[in-house]
Amino acid sequence: MTPQGAQLRAVGRSYRIPLPALSAAALGLVTLALALVFFVAPNDADQGFSQRIFYFHVSIAFTAYACFIVGAWKAFVHLWKRDPLADLESYVAIHQGLIFGSLVLITGSIWAKISWGHWWLWSEDQLVLFLVLFLFYAAYFMLRFSVDPGPQRANLSAVYALFGVVLIPVSFLAIRIAKGFIHPVVFTRHGPNFGGWILVAYCVSQVALLVLAYTLYRVELAGKRLDERLRRLREVLA
Amino acid sequence: MTTAETYVTAAYCAVFAIVLVYVVIIALKLTRLAREVDELARRVEGEPAGEREKAVVG
Repeated sequence: MTPQGAQLRAVGRSYRIPLPALSAAALGLVTLALALVFFVAPNDADQGFSQRIFYFHVSIAFTAYACFIVGAWKAFVHLWKRDPLADLESYVAIHQGLIFGSLVLITGSIWAKISWGHWWLWSEDQLVLFLVLFLFYAAYFMLRFSVDPGPQRANLSAVYALFGVVLIPVSFLAIRIAKGFIHPVVFTRHGPNFGGWILVAYCVSQVALLVLAYTLYRVELAGKRLDERLRRLREVLA
Repeated sequence: MTTAETYVTAAYCAVFAIVLVYVVIIALKLTRLAREVDELARRVEGEPAGEREKAVVG
């Protein structure tokens, strides 16, 4: 194989689940989750109808955390094995995390408006810490695109992604270590604060959003890999 | 529709609108990539076979 040929092969990787099957699963699960949220789960005794935001809001938040963790793990793999695909995977996972992070902020603000009468409260540690986490990862893109493509950019991005993952437990635990808070706690040391159909609807929503995020990750990654292969192919043909 | 119902609907609509915008952006990008592949294929087909090096893809 020529060196160019080896370079062209380096960006490829096969996956066990085909993308069309994954997309169909995501669509089916999201539809099922919506049906459970709006037609099966009962109204919350305390918050009433507005509590239905929580099914997607909390699931999206955990999905965003998962994306950032995957991004950090892939960054670690890149630094460890110098795998060029790991850098691309880390970038795509963090991009997904940022998209889901923006959804957490939007749905959270809407819920806050109904329950607290404010779109945002700066006194709430969990809100502010999630915003810090979101802005930290938004700056990842500023850093990445301020450096020319190549090993230096990949290494800098990987180190930054690894630093960011430290903020996740801080953001998650903020509500549990705060002395006075008004943000509801969904999961305590003794397990979830709910049961029955509410728990079923939440679990299905969580799985649906994780599968949706993974599908979008695979679609974006396929596009990025194709872009990279085209760039290398163009270099070979030039 | 109560105020709570309006806000809950708005929240779910915002989620799906953002996911939809993201899918449209990815679809546009894939269309551009398909166009570039066509362009490259035309360039390769236009070149005489002996002038270029064989490259393994996939």
